[in-house]
Amino acid sequence: MAELKYALYTGCTARESTPELLMSTLAVAKKLGIELVLLDEASCCGASHLQDFDDFLSLVLNARNICYAEKQELNMVTICNTCQLNTVMTKERLDSDENLKSQVNEKLAEVGLEYKGTSSVRHFLYAIIDDYGLDKLAEQVVKPLDDFNIAAFYGCHNIRPSHLHRKHNRVERGVGEGGGEEGFEEVPLMSKYNDGENPYNPTSLDRIIEALRGKSVDYDSKNKCCGFHADLQAPHTAHKLTGTALLDAIDNNADMMVTPCPLCHLNMDVKQDSVAKEMGRDIKLPILHLPQLIGLALGIEPQELGLQHNVSEPTFV
Amino acid sequence: MSSERITKKLTFKTFRFNAETDFLPYFKTYEMEVGKDELVLDILNRIKWEFDGSFSYRRSCRHGICGSCSIKVNGKPVLSCKQNVWELVDIFDTDTLLLEPQSRKRVVKDMIIDKKDFWEKHAKLKPYLVAEIDEHPKEEIKVSPHEAEQLLEADYCIQCGNCYYACPVVEVNEEYFGPAQFAKAYRFNADVRDNAKTERLEKVREMGPGVWDCVKCFECAEACPKDVDPIGKITKLHNQLFEEGMAQDNVATRHAVGFKHSIVKHGLLDEGELVRYSEGTLGVMKHLPEAIAMFKKGKIVMPWNMPKSEKLDEIKTLVKSSSKVKF
Repeated sequence: MAELKYALYTGCTARESTPELLMSTLAVAKKLGIELVLLDEASCCGASHLQDFDDFLSLVLNARNICYAEKQELNMVTICNTCQLNTVMTKERLDSDENLKSQVNEKLAEVGLEYKGTSSVRHFLYAIIDDYGLDKLAEQVVKPLDDFNIAAFYGCHNIRPSHLHRKHNRVERGVGEGGGEEGFEEVPLMSKYNDGENPYNPTSLDRIIEALRGKSVDYDSKNKCCGFHADLQAPHTAHKLTGTALLDAIDNNADMMVTPCPLCHLNMDVKQDSVAKEMGRDIKLPILHLPQLIGLALGIEPQELGLQHNVSEPTFV
Repeated sequence: MSSERITKKLTFKTFRFNAETDFLPYFKTYEMEVGKDELVLDILNRIKWEFDGSFSYRRSCRHGICGSCSIKVNGKPVLSCKQNVWELVDIFDTDTLLLEPQSRKRVVKDMIIDKKDFWEKHAKLKPYLVAEIDEHPKEEIKVSPHEAEQLLEADYCIQCGNCYYACPVVEVNEEYFGPAQFAKAYRFNADVRDNAKTERLEKVREMGPGVWDCVKCFECAEACPKDVDPIGKITKLHNQLFEEGMAQDNVATRHAVGFKHSIVKHGLLDEGELVRYSEGTLGVMKHLPEAIAMFKKGKIVMPWNMPKSEKLDEIKTLVKSSSKVKF
């Protein structure tokens, strides 16, 4: 039996335009002995756009997704920063507002569901760091990434707003012998890693890179926005933000970039040519999903990690 | 009990530039012992009083309500008179802190920036109550506690500019109003006494300057020292546009509405169809080079292979029953 077991909320992108993300997540989880139960009943999280149109509908749908993790009595993991934020924002609103929760549950009752708030929601990145453990991950490395300068690109929705992420990455310590106030203290799970992710200097991805024995690139844009959510309506803005980050990584000698967000990945990987035109410079940089990078270091075959689906050729493999 | 003051020896690397005399900015470093209660504003004062009288910065109330003393420390926007220095040392795990103005390209002198664009954009959104007031009222205008709560703390904004200068869209799109301005527009739109909601919504719905150009990066929420949550107010303005029937039929609004169409049909988002629905059949042609590149790599799902959520009937039921917004 697997030591770690989660309900996996894939989001839409990993089922469509980034199939390699789902492939590599499943391959890495299998290799590390993490059991993932796919939430095939889940719907789209709204990606922060449905929320602009119909806030209540997005709450109901996201609550429904969490219900399915609760039915399995599992905590949920996500593999998309935007899915993570939208789901955790729903959770935060419902857990802190009984009236809103009952309005949502009134709707969910129509399909025989009830949101209770019993499952936590965390990104796979933090599940690996906090639950699996970086030391244990480092022990599994069979193909160290010593030869590579790797630029971590964090993506907005895993690091901001930090108070929300910090709150949902905490667990309540059980009441110790004798009880007392200390028994109720909340312990940040990230405490051993910079006391929670600092959005102005995030370190989690860099620490994973180091655990895989790669060289982490220090560059200013690692915690900046790629512009994805304005791609259609404000392409120039989006291209400039994507291009600035890519060129910053390149100018700091990155051999590749890694991101935990498939939406950042789409901008960074697929749009390099159009972004290069906007920026007036050539841009060629392989972009890997986080589980693809981990998988390579664990010795999983590139094909199994879906590297054939990456548009920016990962020629170093 | 010892009366010895506990301090830490810290280094402050400080951005210096005088637009009247300097061609290039430079950094000056100051070292000092800092006590656990000292604020960033204390450090700015000490640099001026103890090291260099020419060092310039804005300060006024010292109580976190005037917004004058905002700067960046190690990239983090702070209100100097509220931000404890030791806390920054803990956050960044360092004894060297970089003091910078909110925006380097707007610097007049050292920490002082020109906020002209910030205020001009504010003015365009009527940041005040517009109401016909009887000059000799017989009774007060009543606002219920529930109505006051609808401001959602937007009136806590002190216009410090931390969110505005942290916003990446402001940096690349000069006409973009910015998060503080939208928070202020929301504040008066949500006020039951105000009569200029339509005028403000006409402004904020404009493509380019308006709310649709927000990249949803949450930099503004992170930067705000008063927990105003500007991006939350931007979302509320999006909602108001649809609720008031003022959302124009354009790529941005169709992009938002397209999610509902897709979810009803598949449970999941049909990414390809969303682009077509948002851009129109002709508009989608500009994405052709990327679409071809993605197709070659097996990243385009054909309509006949579009995955669907299990229990799609449940999702359809919930959309029908929960969705009240029309477009």
